[in-house]
Amino acid sequence: MSHKIRKRITAKPKARARVFAALGDKTRLALVATLCSGEPCSISQLSQESKITRQAITKHLRVLERAGIVRSSHAGRERIFQFDPEPIEGLQAYLSSVSKQWDQTLARLKSHVEK
Amino acid sequence: MESSRIEKRIELAAPASRVWRALTDYREFGEWFKVKLHGPFIPGQVSRGQITYPGYEHITWEARVERMEPEHLFSFYWPHVQSFEKTGNPVDYSSAPRTLVEFRLEPIHIGTLLLLTESGFDSIPAEWRPEAFRRNDGGWTEQMKNIESHVTQNP
Repeated sequence: MSHKIRKRITAKPKARARVFAALGDKTRLALVATLCSGEPCSISQLSQESKITRQAITKHLRVLERAGIVRSSHAGRERIFQFDPEPIEGLQAYLSSVSKQWDQTLARLKSHVEK
Repeated sequence: MESSRIEKRIELAAPASRVWRALTDYREFGEWFKVKLHGPFIPGQVSRGQITYPGYEHITWEARVERMEPEHLFSFYWPHVQSFEKTGNPVDYSSAPRTLVEFRLEPIHIGTLLLLTESGFDSIPAEWRPEAFRRNDGGWTEQMKNIESHVTQNP
């Protein structure tokens, strides 16, 4: 997926809902866990570790790819899937920077009312 | 959605009446929040002022007061912008995404428990992240745990 497309997707609340919907499934969550802890994998590698069929895995990977969580590329005759943390990581990072600012602001309020 | 809100709790050794005044008297609010406000907070109305925090004095402060329930709840909506770079022009908040800030007060033995929540981050574009985070490749394992608990607790 190109950076431009990803940017468009992550900028929209609807797209963010899609990210969470994509992760709200045990099989897909397991696929993401496998992909995010290691190297890019082919569909056959991913189906070896799972009890479900190759076709079902392909379907789930497509859902993840549409949400921007994984991206794929061709390596010979195989399609290789790779994890892409950006769609969710971005929101979390922004939240933690706002959260830190609140810690400082509330500390100032505390010394203001307790003095 | 749990992942899109901030929650803080802080115990203050001061009675609720004192904390309420610090929160809702615009001059007192300005002292600790570091903003010089033009006038009092009025529910339903926009409050404006100028940030006084060193290095950020070029920024205009803006919020729309939502609720004022004495010694209990003070809330407002405020805009978020991606960057506060000095451009010489005032910050344009007209199309900025807004979040809801709520201060809740509860009496406790030492004084007041203040609960702060900021919610509505779903409308903030995900690519608004500080440069420091852009370079940070770690922390994903932790995020996975967060997401996992989110989806298992909110099926």
